[in-house]
Amino acid sequence: MTQQVPAADTPSGASKHVGLYDDDFLEALRRQMLRFATLQLSDAHLAEDAVQEALIGALRNARSFSGRAALKTWVFAILKNKIADILRQRLRVVDASSLLREDDEDEDFSVLFNRRGFWQADEHPATWGNPHESLRESQFWRVFETCLEGLPGNQARVFMMREFIELDSSEICASVGITTSNLNVMLYRARMRLRECLENRWFANGEQAC
Amino acid sequence: MLNCREVTRLYSESQERELTVKERLLLRMHIAMCSGCRNFGEHMKFLREAMRAYAKGRDNTGGK
Repeated sequence: MTQQVPAADTPSGASKHVGLYDDDFLEALRRQMLRFATLQLSDAHLAEDAVQEALIGALRNARSFSGRAALKTWVFAILKNKIADILRQRLRVVDASSLLREDDEDEDFSVLFNRRGFWQADEHPATWGNPHESLRESQFWRVFETCLEGLPGNQARVFMMREFIELDSSEICASVGITTSNLNVMLYRARMRLRECLENRWFANGEQAC
Repeated sequence: MLNCREVTRLYSESQERELTVKERLLLRMHIAMCSGCRNFGEHMKFLREAMRAYAKGRDNTGGK
C-alpha cells in the first residue's frame, strides 16, 4: 500500500479507530480483496486498482465505522460495485459468439447421467448434512474459491453476474447479447460444475486437499 | 415423467424464473422418489446462499 493513510487526527476518534489502521489487519484485508477481485476480473492490474480505490475510500471514511467488521462489509460492497462496473463495460465489447463458443464444447454431463437421463449410481448427489455450518469455516471458503476458479472463464463471468452482482436474467442477456436459453444453459453448467466440485472436494472428503 | 437430467435443469432455472404449476408438480413427483435430485435441489439453494455470503465479503469467515 503506497497511499498515505490519514492519521487519526481528532483525539476522540483516535483510540476507537486505531485498530482499523493496523498494518496486519489492512494487509490481510487487502489480500482477501485482491483474491476476490482477481477471481472476478481475471486481470491482476484491474483488480489491484479496484482494491486500492475501495481501500482508500474506506480509510477516508474510517471514522464512520464502528469496527473492523463494519469496515470490511463496507469495503467489499464498494469493491463489488467497482467490479460490476468493470464487468458491465467489458461484456458490452465482448463478441457474443465467442462467449458461446467456449461453452458450446461438448459438455452434456454424460458421465453423470445414464442414457435415460437418470443419475449414474456413483454420481447420485449426496446429502450434505448441515452445509450452513461450513459457511463459518475459512477452509471451506478456500475450497469454494478453488471451485469458482475452476469454472471456464465465460461461464464463470455470467455466473458471477447472476449470483454475485445479482443482475437479473434479462439484464445479463441484454448486456451480453445472448438469449435466455443460452444464459440458462451457461448458468446450469456452472452450477453443475460448482456443485460437483464442492461435493467432491469438501462435503465428501472433509478438509483434505485435492 | 421427468428424468434426473431434466429435473436438474428445472432446479437451475427455478433460480431465474418462477416455475409453472405443471413444472412444479412434475418436480415434486420426481423428488418424492429420487433422493439424488432431492439433494440436488438442496444444493442449489445452498449454492445461492453461499454466493450471497461470499459477495458480502465473507463476514462469516472469522472476520469479526
